[in-house]
Amino acid sequence: MRVALFVPCYIDQFYPQVAVASLELLEKLGCEVIVPTDQTCCGQPMANSGFASSTEGCDTNFAQNFEGFDYIVGPSGSCVLHLKEHHPSEKIRNSVYEICEFLTDVLKVSALSATFPHRVGLHQSCHGQRGLRLSSMSERNEKPFSKLQDLLSLVKGVEVVMPEREDECCGFGGTFCVTEEAVSVKMGQDRIKEHASNAVDYIVGADTSCLMHMEGILRRQGSKVQVKHIVEILNHA
Amino acid sequence: MLSHAEASENFIADAERTDWHDETLWFVRAKRDKASKVLPEWEALREHASQVKDHTLANLGDYLVAFEAKAKANGIHVHWAADAVEHNAIVHQIIAAQGSKVLVKSKSMLTEECHLNDYLAEKGIEVVDTDLGERIVQFRNEAPSHIVLPAIHLKKEDVGETFHEHLGTPKGNKDPQFLTEAARQHLRGHFLASEVAITGVNFAIAETGEFVVCTNEGNADMGAHLAKVHIACMGIEKIIPKRADLAVFLRLLARSATGQLITTYSSHFHKPREGQEMHIVLLDNGRTRQLADPKYKNSLKCIRCAACFNTCPVYRRSGGHSYHQPVAGPIGSILAPNIDKKANADLPFASTLCGSCSNVCPVKINIHEQLWFWRQDLMAAGLAPVGKSFGMKMMAYTLSNPAIYRMGGSLMRRFSSLLNSSMNPWYKQREMPQAPKESFQEWYKKR
Repeated sequence: MRVALFVPCYIDQFYPQVAVASLELLEKLGCEVIVPTDQTCCGQPMANSGFASSTEGCDTNFAQNFEGFDYIVGPSGSCVLHLKEHHPSEKIRNSVYEICEFLTDVLKVSALSATFPHRVGLHQSCHGQRGLRLSSMSERNEKPFSKLQDLLSLVKGVEVVMPEREDECCGFGGTFCVTEEAVSVKMGQDRIKEHASNAVDYIVGADTSCLMHMEGILRRQGSKVQVKHIVEILNHA
Repeated sequence: MLSHAEASENFIADAERTDWHDETLWFVRAKRDKASKVLPEWEALREHASQVKDHTLANLGDYLVAFEAKAKANGIHVHWAADAVEHNAIVHQIIAAQGSKVLVKSKSMLTEECHLNDYLAEKGIEVVDTDLGERIVQFRNEAPSHIVLPAIHLKKEDVGETFHEHLGTPKGNKDPQFLTEAARQHLRGHFLASEVAITGVNFAIAETGEFVVCTNEGNADMGAHLAKVHIACMGIEKIIPKRADLAVFLRLLARSATGQLITTYSSHFHKPREGQEMHIVLLDNGRTRQLADPKYKNSLKCIRCAACFNTCPVYRRSGGHSYHQPVAGPIGSILAPNIDKKANADLPFASTLCGSCSNVCPVKINIHEQLWFWRQDLMAAGLAPVGKSFGMKMMAYTLSNPAIYRMGGSLMRRFSSLLNSSMNPWYKQREMPQAPKESFQEWYKKR
């Protein structure tokens, strides 16, 4: 299967290991992975700040890089949701997948060779969870499901612990993290506290932006808890 | 006036109280979860309620006229108010004709929206709020911080202090039962003496011309049953077509608001009793403007349960007053800009767009999507903070051009330590991400 890897800008610049893991994992699973090299940003930072009117350049550039592909796969729920909801091209909107949903829904992965012998706390990023429906949500009266937990259950040795408030937002929120700095940090601190009290080694999620925010607080606090994107675990030898 | 971000920072400065506020409201959200999850038909109820509201809003004019005719036939005086000024003048006129100087009022967010208490005070008329939480904040000269739990920002110690000052309870007494009893005795005097009672309206039924007022304290009933004149104030969006529809809304309202199976008192007011005068004031105040905009029309479905407050991780950690509006929280943030864009331009940004609000909402208002739309409209109206438009345009330009993006990214990584500065709000309480030597694309080229 031919897949175009969408690497969100901040992952490209600050978390290349997440993109590397995505690339390797998709290849391991038999995909032919193409990385369009002139890709930049999905346009979400501007749009969520009220400047959707300024994203035309990003939209055009994204279309030029990705329009020829039936499967566009990216390791970021929130960027993917933005494209699904707001990209002007219908073809793009219908072809873009968050990597976990691509693994469970398209590739229908039922086995992985990964091992990760650690205790991890799962962070459900809101846009992936409520926007892309990667898992059920506590607000609704619905049957519980979780594509992330289904995938983690295929990894040898990993122990997944859910925080008590299993789907509370971490407070990143795009530019919210700086314009509402006090609330943003407080939300992040509260999330981390729950995970830390579960004595986890890692906080794991499908959205690097949430992890970047929580990592920033963890490091400031001098915590031993680390963050990892779920693909880094699914690809872990 | 402080912006939401500034007021929140002040609120959070007291971390212990913030945690208490967050946990108290989360407890209410958890109760709501329990009460909603025992009903297998919960999601169907939400969908049904949403459709009834959609239908009503699509035919609002007809239902309002039908309601007016029935209510009049029942002997109720019906008044129409285009805005807050008209609303207050109508209410004042009714009170003045009666000659009252003190009156009782049960909870009504609409009268908060119109600043009725202040208006009547200027006319020499004292309003005694009879909802316990509202009476507490009224004593303190504060606004309600929550539409269902108006004094949720206060602890029992604060209430003890306030009652000591205003009701003469012993200093230091913070026993909830004792304080509530003191409030009961105090309010009883006002219930008995008042000749005019104002109430809000939860639902008005077009089919019958009656209206329904829900309270847990029975204070609306105490006021209305004893007074010679009952004035009910309602927004025009409170109409529902039939009495049978109530079966859906009453179940959703109590479970969503507090996790109760039913509100303690759901009182139907059908016609004035003998010798009583009954008035209804129907208020527009921007609601028809909201109705005319397909993006925001849905917000008029709101039944004021405040489930979106309780679930909102931002509200729980910033308190109701940080929203500087009578209706705070996520729903307030999409209602307020319709009244005054400039004064409320910060509110749609007081959210991470996590979407929890839209999914607890019993009438399925797409709150987080409307927050997003308001952001666009407010920025298009030129209401961005200084420097934001320029910053956004620079960012958009950089991210639209692959070559400039690569150069910018490389520079940012090389000089990332410059961002470890007090000028950078991220760095205040968080470390910056550790910049790798190579971007993914640089690594990929060499692969």
